[in-house]
Amino acid sequence: MHEIFCDVAVIGAGPAGLAAAVSAKKQGVAKVLIIERDISPGGILQQCIHPGFGLTYYNEELTGPEYAGRFVKAAEDAGVEFLFDTMVLEVSGRFGWESGLAKNSGQESSQADACSAAWTSRSAPPAQTPRLTQAGSGDRRKPGSSEGDSSFSGACPAGNAVNIIICVNKSVGMAVVYAKSIVLAMGCRERTRGNLALPGTRPAGVYTAGAAQRLINRQNIMPGKRVLILGSGDIGMIMARRLTLEGAEVIAVVEIMNYLTGLTRNRVQCLDDFGIPLLLSHSVTRIEGAKRLTGCMVAQVDENRKPIPETEKFYECDTLLLSVGLIPENELSLGAGVKLCPVTGGPIVNQFMQTSIPGIFACGNVVHVNDLADNVSAESEIAGSAAAHYALGLLPQAFGSIVCVPGNNVRYVCPQTVALTNEDAKIKLYFRVQQPYAGARISANYNGREILSKKAIKVNPGEMEYVAINSASLQPPLHSLSAEMPGEIIISVEKEA
Amino acid sequence: MQKTDVLIIGAGVVGCAIARELSKYRVRVLVVDKNEDVGGEASKANSAIIHTGFDAPPGSLESELVNAANPMYEKLCADLDIPFAKIGAIMPAFTNEQFEQLPAIKEKAFKNKVYDVEYLTAEQLLEREPNLNPCVKAGLFIPREYIIDPFLLVVAYAENALENSASFLLNTKITGISTNNGAVAGIETTAGRIEARYIVNAAGLYCDEVAAMVGKADYTVNPRKGQFYILDKNTSCKVNHIVLPIPTKLTKGKLMCPTIHGNMLVGPTAEDLLDKEDYATDAAGLASIREDVSKLIPDIKFGDAIMQYAGLRANRNPEGLRVDTYDDVKGYVNLSGIRSTGITASAALGKYVAQTLIQMGMPAEFKADFIEKRKGIIRFHELSRKQQDDVIRKNPLFGKVICRCETVTEGEIAEAVRRPLPARSMDAVKRRLRAGMGRCSGGFCGPRVLEILARELNVSVEEINKNQSGSYMVTGEVRAGKVRQGAQNA
Repeated sequence: MHEIFCDVAVIGAGPAGLAAAVSAKKQGVAKVLIIERDISPGGILQQCIHPGFGLTYYNEELTGPEYAGRFVKAAEDAGVEFLFDTMVLEVSGRFGWESGLAKNSGQESSQADACSAAWTSRSAPPAQTPRLTQAGSGDRRKPGSSEGDSSFSGACPAGNAVNIIICVNKSVGMAVVYAKSIVLAMGCRERTRGNLALPGTRPAGVYTAGAAQRLINRQNIMPGKRVLILGSGDIGMIMARRLTLEGAEVIAVVEIMNYLTGLTRNRVQCLDDFGIPLLLSHSVTRIEGAKRLTGCMVAQVDENRKPIPETEKFYECDTLLLSVGLIPENELSLGAGVKLCPVTGGPIVNQFMQTSIPGIFACGNVVHVNDLADNVSAESEIAGSAAAHYALGLLPQAFGSIVCVPGNNVRYVCPQTVALTNEDAKIKLYFRVQQPYAGARISANYNGREILSKKAIKVNPGEMEYVAINSASLQPPLHSLSAEMPGEIIISVEKEA
Repeated sequence: MQKTDVLIIGAGVVGCAIARELSKYRVRVLVVDKNEDVGGEASKANSAIIHTGFDAPPGSLESELVNAANPMYEKLCADLDIPFAKIGAIMPAFTNEQFEQLPAIKEKAFKNKVYDVEYLTAEQLLEREPNLNPCVKAGLFIPREYIIDPFLLVVAYAENALENSASFLLNTKITGISTNNGAVAGIETTAGRIEARYIVNAAGLYCDEVAAMVGKADYTVNPRKGQFYILDKNTSCKVNHIVLPIPTKLTKGKLMCPTIHGNMLVGPTAEDLLDKEDYATDAAGLASIREDVSKLIPDIKFGDAIMQYAGLRANRNPEGLRVDTYDDVKGYVNLSGIRSTGITASAALGKYVAQTLIQMGMPAEFKADFIEKRKGIIRFHELSRKQQDDVIRKNPLFGKVICRCETVTEGEIAEAVRRPLPARSMDAVKRRLRAGMGRCSGGFCGPRVLEILARELNVSVEEINKNQSGSYMVTGEVRAGKVRQGAQNA
C-alpha cells in the first residue's frame, strides 16, 4: 500500500479545506496535504457559477469558481500539496486507537504500544489488536474482510503522528496517509425525498437541487423542462433562476414553513426578479407519474405543518427539485469515533475547531451548515491554524472546558465548547435562531453573569448570527479552576420591540 | 422467426429460477419480459426474507415449496455468489391475548414441518434484541428465517441461466398465445412471433391476463400493496433478527429486520388494490408503519429513513399458490398466487416446474457441461485493503469511487454494463451494485452514473432511463455542442 507522511492532512478541497490548508501551511508546518475526491479543487463552489461570494471575506462580489480560485492560488503559493481524484475510505485518530485497544484487550496500554500495534494490526491475530474499523460505529464489515492484509505494516513514525487516513486513487491504488493532525472538511450532502418520507410513486425527474446544479453547470445537461421546487433553501432559489435562464419553466417554489429558509437576497434576486411564485406554508403531498414525473400534488399546511386536504392542488411538471436542507457528511468522522452533536449533525468542536479526538479538527459544512462561504473560510482558517499548532506541539494547553448552551430561541451554538486556556483571544460563537424575530436582543451569559448583549434588527433561522466574546471574560473564579466545574455560556435571543 | 423449446413468460424471480433450472437440460430456453431488466415487478420490492413457511397454510403447495426451498439457499447463494445471512426471526408477544396465541402459531409451524420453532422467555428475547419493547412477555424463535439480496438473486439466476445457454428477450410484451390441436404452438409479441413447444406462465401480477390468452381465466390477480421504509445503516436503534409481530386475523403485520447490507427494513402494509401499476406510497400507509412498528421497537428512528417504497404482491383470487396444467392446452404450465413467499419459493418452483415439464414429455437430458457456479461482479467494498489494492492495479477504474455512500467504483459499473445481462438503466445499476441505494439516494453518484452509462452504452445521456422506456433522466444539453466537463470528471 502506498504510504504518505505529512504534518497536516485535510480531507476535502472545498472552501473549508482550502482555507484550512492555507492557514495551516502559513503556521510553518512542513507538509500540508489536501485529499480531494474530485479531479480539481473548489468542491461545490465549482458548480456555484452565480455571484454573491466574497462580500464579507474579500469585500467584493465574486462567483463561486472565482472565490475558490483565490484560495487555490493562495494554496499553491503557500506550497500546499494536493492529492486529487482520491476518495477517503477511513479515518482513525489517535484517541480512537487507544480506546479501541483498551476496550478490546481489557487492559491499559501505553501509547507507544497502541501505536506499534496499529501499524501491524492487519497481520496480527484479530482478537488481540485493534483494527482500523473498530473504534468507530461505521459500516458493519463482513467478518474477515479486513484480515490477511500483511502489506499494512511499518515502523511507527516519531512524535504524535498516529492519525491515519486510508484512501483510494486510480493511479496509486490504496494509499495510507499518516498525519500529525487531520482536518475534516468533507462538507455536507442534501436531504432527500426519503429523508422527508415524501409519498407517491418513484418516477424519474426527482432531483436534489445540488444534483441538478451539477448537471447543468458542470455536465451541460438539462434535467427537465417544467420544474417545481420544494424548499426555499438557497440552492433551490438559485436553481430556480438558473433553470429559468436556461429556458426551463419554473412554476413555483414551495416552502412548508411560514418563512423563507434561505437568504432574503436570494429571494429578491432569484424569485422576485423572475416572477417565480413562492408558496409559503405549502408542501408537496404526493409525487405522481409511473415513468417520468407527471406532476405533484401541493397543499397548504396548517400551523403544525400538516397538509390541509381541501387545499390540495395538482401542479403539472416533469421535474421536482428538492432544496430541503443539508446534512453534514460525517460518516468518516463517525468511523473515527468523533463525537457528533445531535442538533448540527457535525462534530462537537471547541473554539480551535478541535473535535473530541484531539488530533482531529473539523471545519465548514461538515461541522454545521453555513449559509455563506465567507463564514466557512473564516472558521476554517481557525481549524487550519489550530491543526498546524497541534502538529507543532503549540496548541494552547486547556485547563478546563466551558459548554455553550442554546438559550431562548437558539437552536444551536457552534463551537459547542470553549477550552479554557491562558491565551487571550476573541472567540466567535456562531448560532442559529429557531424562530424569526423582527427586533431582538442577543445576550451571552457566563455562569449567570451577562458578558455580552447586543441588538439585532431582525433574526432569521436562514441567516447565521454570532457573538464575539473575549476569552479574558471567561476566567473562572479561582475556587473553580478545575475541569470538574467547567461552567457554561448561555446564548439567548429575546424579542425586543 | 424465433424458435425455442421452452418459453417462459416473465423474468421475475420465479421465471429466472425456472430458466436456470431448465438450463441444466439440453433444451432451448427463452425468457420473455416486457420490462427493460429482469426482476422489474414484484421481485424488486419485497421484504427480502427467505422464509421457513412456518405460517403458511398447512398442507398447501405453498407450504410444501417453501419448506423444500429453505434449505437450498445456503448452497444456492454460494454457487451464485450472492450474499445471504442466517439471522433468524423472533416473534414477541406483548399482551396476554398475544401470549395466548403462541401455542397455536407453534402448532401451525409444526404442521408445516417447521419443527425448530422454540419458545423464548422475555429475558432471552431482550438479550437477543435489546431494543425490543421491554413490555414483552415471551415469544417464539424461528431460527431458519434468513435474509438475502432479492435483486441479486434474480440477476444471478438469470446470468447463470444465460451462461448455460438460456436466452432472454426483454422489452418485449406478449400479445397472444397460439395453440394447435389442443397444444401450445407459440406466442405473439411486440417483437414478432415466437414458436415454442412448452410455455410457462410466470407473469406474476399479470399471470391472469396471460392465462386468459389460453382461455383459462378462472381467477384474477388482485394486487396487495406493501409499503416499506428503509433506514440508514447508521441509525442508532437496530435489530439483529427479523422481528415479526403476532399476526392478526386480517394481516401478518409489520416487521422490522436488517437488510443483508446493514440497513433496517420496516413494513409492510397490506392493502388490496385493483390497479396493478399502483406503486405509490401514501402518507396514511407510512404513518401506519410508524405506529405499528413503534409498538415492537419503541426507540426506532424514522428520522433516519433514507427511502420508502411500495411493492405489489401478486395475490390470487381465489387465494392460494397454484401450478396448473391443462389437458386441453398441452405444453402449458400456469403459475399463480405467488405472493410474499415468492422469493423463497423460487428455488423449489424452478425444480417443480422443470419436473412438471419433464412429465409432460420435455426431453430431460442433463447437460454434462452445466456450469453450476456464477461469478458475480467484484464487490470492491467487501475486499480487504490488500485485495482492493490488487484489483486497482489490474483495472484502475476500481480506484475511482463513484457512489460514496455504498463505496461503488467505476470499475464495478463498467463491468455491470459489460455483463452478459447488461445493466442499461439507472435502476439496473442500482439493483446490481447499490450505487444510489445509500443515504444520499443518488444525489452524489446519480449525475456520474448517468454519464458512465451513456459512455459505456455509447448512447446520449437523454437515452438513459431510470428503468423502463419513457422514464428518461434528463431532457438534453443545456447548450448544444459544448464539451462536457463532467465527462472526464464523473
